[in-house]
Amino acid sequence: MKKTLQQILIWLAVVWCLAPFAWQIITSLKTNAEIAHIPTIYAPVHPTWGHYQELFSRKPFARYLWNSFLISSVSTVVCVLVSAMAAYSFSRLKVRGARGLQVGLISISFFPTIIFFFPLYELVRRTGMANNPIALIVPYITFNLPFATLILTAFFRTISLDIEEAAKVDGFNRWQILMKIIMPLSAPALATTAILIFIFCWNEFLLALTFMTRDSAKTVTAGVASLSGGSIYEIPWGAIAAAVVVSTLPLIGLVVVFQKRIIQGLTAGATKG
Amino acid sequence: MRTPAHNKKMRLEDQAFGYLMLWPAAIFVLVVAVYPVLRILWLSFFTQNLGTGLHPQFSGTLNYVRLLKDGHYWQTMMTTTVFTFIAVSTELLLGLWFALLLNEKFHGRSFARTATLIPWALPTAVLALAWAWIFNDQSGVFNDLMMRLGLLSRPVAWLGSGPTAMFSVIFADVWKTTPFMMIILLAGLQNIPEDLYEAVQIDGARAWNSFRLITLPMLMPSIMLALLFRTIQSFGIFDLIFVMTGGGPGGATETVAIYNYRTFLRYLDFGYGAAMIVVTFLITSGICLLIYWPLSRTRGARALATERAVEKSEAM
Repeated sequence: MKKTLQQILIWLAVVWCLAPFAWQIITSLKTNAEIAHIPTIYAPVHPTWGHYQELFSRKPFARYLWNSFLISSVSTVVCVLVSAMAAYSFSRLKVRGARGLQVGLISISFFPTIIFFFPLYELVRRTGMANNPIALIVPYITFNLPFATLILTAFFRTISLDIEEAAKVDGFNRWQILMKIIMPLSAPALATTAILIFIFCWNEFLLALTFMTRDSAKTVTAGVASLSGGSIYEIPWGAIAAAVVVSTLPLIGLVVVFQKRIIQGLTAGATKG
Repeated sequence: MRTPAHNKKMRLEDQAFGYLMLWPAAIFVLVVAVYPVLRILWLSFFTQNLGTGLHPQFSGTLNYVRLLKDGHYWQTMMTTTVFTFIAVSTELLLGLWFALLLNEKFHGRSFARTATLIPWALPTAVLALAWAWIFNDQSGVFNDLMMRLGLLSRPVAWLGSGPTAMFSVIFADVWKTTPFMMIILLAGLQNIPEDLYEAVQIDGARAWNSFRLITLPMLMPSIMLALLFRTIQSFGIFDLIFVMTGGGPGGATETVAIYNYRTFLRYLDFGYGAAMIVVTFLITSGICLLIYWPLSRTRGARALATERAVEKSEAM
């Protein structure tokens, strides 16, 4: 009895989490007439790919996706590398002043983006970096450093010092130890960190919206948000639903494949702080 | 054999290498975080807007005085506070409930965890459009469902009036961020040692008692962390509301971050926008202290109570 009730509640929670997204899939497959129909049609009678075609033909949507992919990937790789270096220093080498950097990093993770937004905007304008992917990549790397160094520092501390001693005897220098021993041993932690950074970059909106004004430079979040523009009375809900589905599919894929890692990473980032 | 001199040399090399490894991170932090914060502080003492031809003119604390008298700022602050209070407390309760549900062993747990993680992983700005569609007054599915369930007699223009628009953005935010709460709390739940529960069960405590005496106090650090983090994030909320309502109707859902954004980019009032950031930051910090202080006290008190309960049951 108690078990059944529990099961029902769990599935209610699952439905609650999935329903809004499922509704976008359904909407994206309906014809415009079905979308506007009252009362609401829950199962499209004439499913169509029309809105998806419209999306890729009317807007440079493939370009948005590519921009997001490029910017997120580059930010992720550089951020993981930079954090791994810092984390190695934090976890192994007692460097004076390291504490200051750690405190600085933790404070960043608590500040909302709006605090950094305007000075960065000025910088981007002054250096002529608007519409250049670097204008987003550099802040994205920085915003993800706190959390990435936190996870990696904690992980590096769990690696036995004996391995490093042995490597030193074999004539490895510190850089080789980090690159050839610590990094491969940390592959799971690096992967977890990378997945989370990628998701954060893909989802960023405020900077993407303001630094990328040219349509060909936009990332997918800013691009989708700009779809609703035009007349308020004729919002293309079908195309928007298709855009929501396409722009979130990569993330859903990541979550489905790496669910365990993501949860581990989030909790490690939260509890080790 | 290593000589002391050799060891010292190694240590020096390690120091140098340690610094070298910190430099890239430090440069990023200096350029993207430290510089902006200093720049904002500096700018907040200047007037730089259309009135000065966008040239900075030192104006002392003028921006701060102006802000104190800016009714619109305090209104957006109020809106943000109400939003944060309702959204974050609902998320906390719902997240706790989800975490308790998913902490049990059951068939399909992995699927359920994946599903409940999805809202967290999706881009807020994009999902804001999805929610605007769900709450659409003409053909929105929310109206349809409510009418089918008999909870509404006629469609409501959810985003068309202040209170209902507020309800809608809170609803969407709760959906989006409950998974985050859940994950943090789930981790906290899994860190509670099983034998604590066994100890209380010997004592004949019921489910509610074991929740009150063990789960809740042991979970306090996680709750506090999640609460603080979410409160800070919520005070800076931009994406969701900006896309869903644009702060409307009539400014009813305009949060501080949206007003701040417009002060910079629409009104081109740079110095004033900077002062706004400083004041908002101070207020947010104050509110976080207000949350932290009583919670850290109850945490100590509750932990003590649990210890006693366990001691008592062990003595039996």
